[in-house]
Amino acid sequence: MAGPAAAGAFEGIDAEKEALWGFTKPQLLAFGVMLAFIVISPFYLYPVFLMKVLCFALFACAFNLLIGYVGLLSFGHAAYFGMGGYLAGHAAKVWGATPEVSILIGGFVAGLLGWAIGALAIRRQGIYFAMITLAMAQMVYFFCVQAPFTNGEDGIQAIPRGAFLGQYSLASDFTLYWMVAGIFLLGFLFIHRVIHSPFGQVMKAIRENEPRAISLGYRVDDYKLMAFVISAALSGVAGGTKAIVFGIATLTDVFWTMSGEVVLMSLVGGLGTLFGPVAGAAIIITMQNYLAEFGAWVTVIQGVIFVLCVLAFRRGVIGEIGRVLKVRL
Amino acid sequence: MNLNRRTILSAAAATPLLGARGARAQAANTIRIGILNDQSGLYRDLSGPGSTQAVRMAIQESGITQRGVNVEVVQADHQNRPDVGATVVRQWIDRDNVDVIVDVPTSSVALAVNTIVREKNKVFLNSGAATSDLTGAACSPNTIHWTYDTWMLARSTGGAMVRAGGQTWFFITADYAFGHALERDTAEFVRSAGGRVLGQVRTPFPGTTDFSSFLLQAQASRAQVVGLANAGGDTINSIKQAAEFGLTRGGRTKLAGLLVFITDVHSLGLQTAQGLVLTETFYWDLNDKTRAFTTRLGAMPGNIKPSMVQAGCYSAVLHYLKAVGDMGVSAAKASGLEAVNRMKAMPTDDDAFGPGSVRSDGRKLHPSYLFEVKTPAESRAPWDYYKLLGTTAATDSFRPLGEGGCTLPRS
Repeated sequence: MAGPAAAGAFEGIDAEKEALWGFTKPQLLAFGVMLAFIVISPFYLYPVFLMKVLCFALFACAFNLLIGYVGLLSFGHAAYFGMGGYLAGHAAKVWGATPEVSILIGGFVAGLLGWAIGALAIRRQGIYFAMITLAMAQMVYFFCVQAPFTNGEDGIQAIPRGAFLGQYSLASDFTLYWMVAGIFLLGFLFIHRVIHSPFGQVMKAIRENEPRAISLGYRVDDYKLMAFVISAALSGVAGGTKAIVFGIATLTDVFWTMSGEVVLMSLVGGLGTLFGPVAGAAIIITMQNYLAEFGAWVTVIQGVIFVLCVLAFRRGVIGEIGRVLKVRL
Repeated sequence: MNLNRRTILSAAAATPLLGARGARAQAANTIRIGILNDQSGLYRDLSGPGSTQAVRMAIQESGITQRGVNVEVVQADHQNRPDVGATVVRQWIDRDNVDVIVDVPTSSVALAVNTIVREKNKVFLNSGAATSDLTGAACSPNTIHWTYDTWMLARSTGGAMVRAGGQTWFFITADYAFGHALERDTAEFVRSAGGRVLGQVRTPFPGTTDFSSFLLQAQASRAQVVGLANAGGDTINSIKQAAEFGLTRGGRTKLAGLLVFITDVHSLGLQTAQGLVLTETFYWDLNDKTRAFTTRLGAMPGNIKPSMVQAGCYSAVLHYLKAVGDMGVSAAKASGLEAVNRMKAMPTDDDAFGPGSVRSDGRKLHPSYLFEVKTPAESRAPWDYYKLLGTTAATDSFRPLGEGGCTLPRS
């Protein structure tokens, strides 16, 4: 979709020398800034708010892996995010699992779900692909309304935070923050590694020109499905982490508006950029948080920003910064 | 361009910091009340800004400010989303030193807030939510469920309706946990009062907009009462379409709404809602005291009369401030548990609900009323909507202590 447009500006930059771990120098700098922000910010800003930002940032990064690097617009990522939350919540509350195990269970089930839905959806391209993912996600939503373990409208409430590895109590927001930051960084670096692996190169080839990738002998469907499963599983990890942070897992996270929100975050930040989804998630969540008192106006303001982005900043905040500085971020 | 971006970025970065500083400036002599409800959606009219107005009147009438105590009110919109509500409440308690959370319609949000308030040892005065779990399986020593709950609605509408002559029932039930629970509870009361349930139909949830086939099934059952075990938009749509089908024409069949508020009746209009039977715990035109209360409240936002949820916010905050006046601000701020215990120990009395009490499981007790919506011909003034069919005494209105599965010690 917008993938090729976003990538168009960077033709030729791909050949830039990698400084460390597959990062180019500007990327390394940006990563340093992000890392510094993650380490310093909890001392100044409210940790629960920051944890929410990190959960959504991971979710947006996972979504961006699919649209930004394979060119697949999934409109049903809420299903994996929400399901990850439900499973993590159920594991922590009913099975008494430790938080990290619960989150992994959430990610694993979301990955399985992604495998089932992805196997069907990747058979079609463009708008049909988006519609199939949306339809499947709505089926997951209806399942969550009815299934007994989700408690329908009430959701899973009072999920215990537990103790990390059964040792370190997460009752304090501060301790929990470091676990969430760790999960986010692992997820972020994993996505970065995927993008820069030979597998990632094939993904980008598919994005640029699918028939050519096929003619080169790649089994395109296998690559797409694998990318879909990775994206779904990481979305599930993000959803599971959010469930542990807030102690609730509800229908909001599986509803289709959540799928729309993650599209918005990636778009505002910059599709197909490494740091774009992180910035996008931070911007959208900050807006929702600090504009909450304006009530219904939040969605209106979000809409205006979306329109502005599409009209004026087609590459998103990070994408535009990258263009001005002539670097790939 | 560069300068411009820099200015914007630094301004954006500074904004949250400013907010944080302002919030930390605190006086120990200040009680902060956080009103969390729906300011933009489905429940705006029955809670929303009207609840804030009711709370402000309670603060004024408590007379606590004349004794040198500051009372501040903050409010927020939870958009009926539990994660939004949970975030706001955590922030209010952790950073803004809010002592008491008021209102919170929407059961899922209320349950989330219930957990946080207990963990942080503050006070939760719920007026807006329906779920009887708040004083059942999820009961908390820091929570008082003030105005109504599903058990009370089922008992009054189910039991009192049978005694008023509605012997045979048919349910139109929204097909999810809440609808099932409402149907099950009401059917139990219908049977125990000597009535019969002829059948039920489950409507897909969410997304049902056409209720015609379900209404025809209800009509074909020839039941005297069609019970609507649904909420919000589903209830509104089914009542509208029942009026179009002439379901209640001739007066043989009655429509019973299990979760309908006066603001819903107002938006439906008497032409559509006439004959509908429903239960509330407060009606502005019930007696001299409720009329005096409504007059004192003055013009409400949107020109509505107070709903029972808004009246509940008034009553709950008034009682809380009485307890604060009794035990002292610092003691009330130090422990939400102690403040709630003090509230349980004192009898309640106000113009909106009359004399009542708070039970050890956090259930506020007061009478409930079965109303029938007037026909346009019967209504003599704006908002003259209800005629009283029956009253259930305070002692019988709510689920008996011990039947809800609450594990709090009895006082």
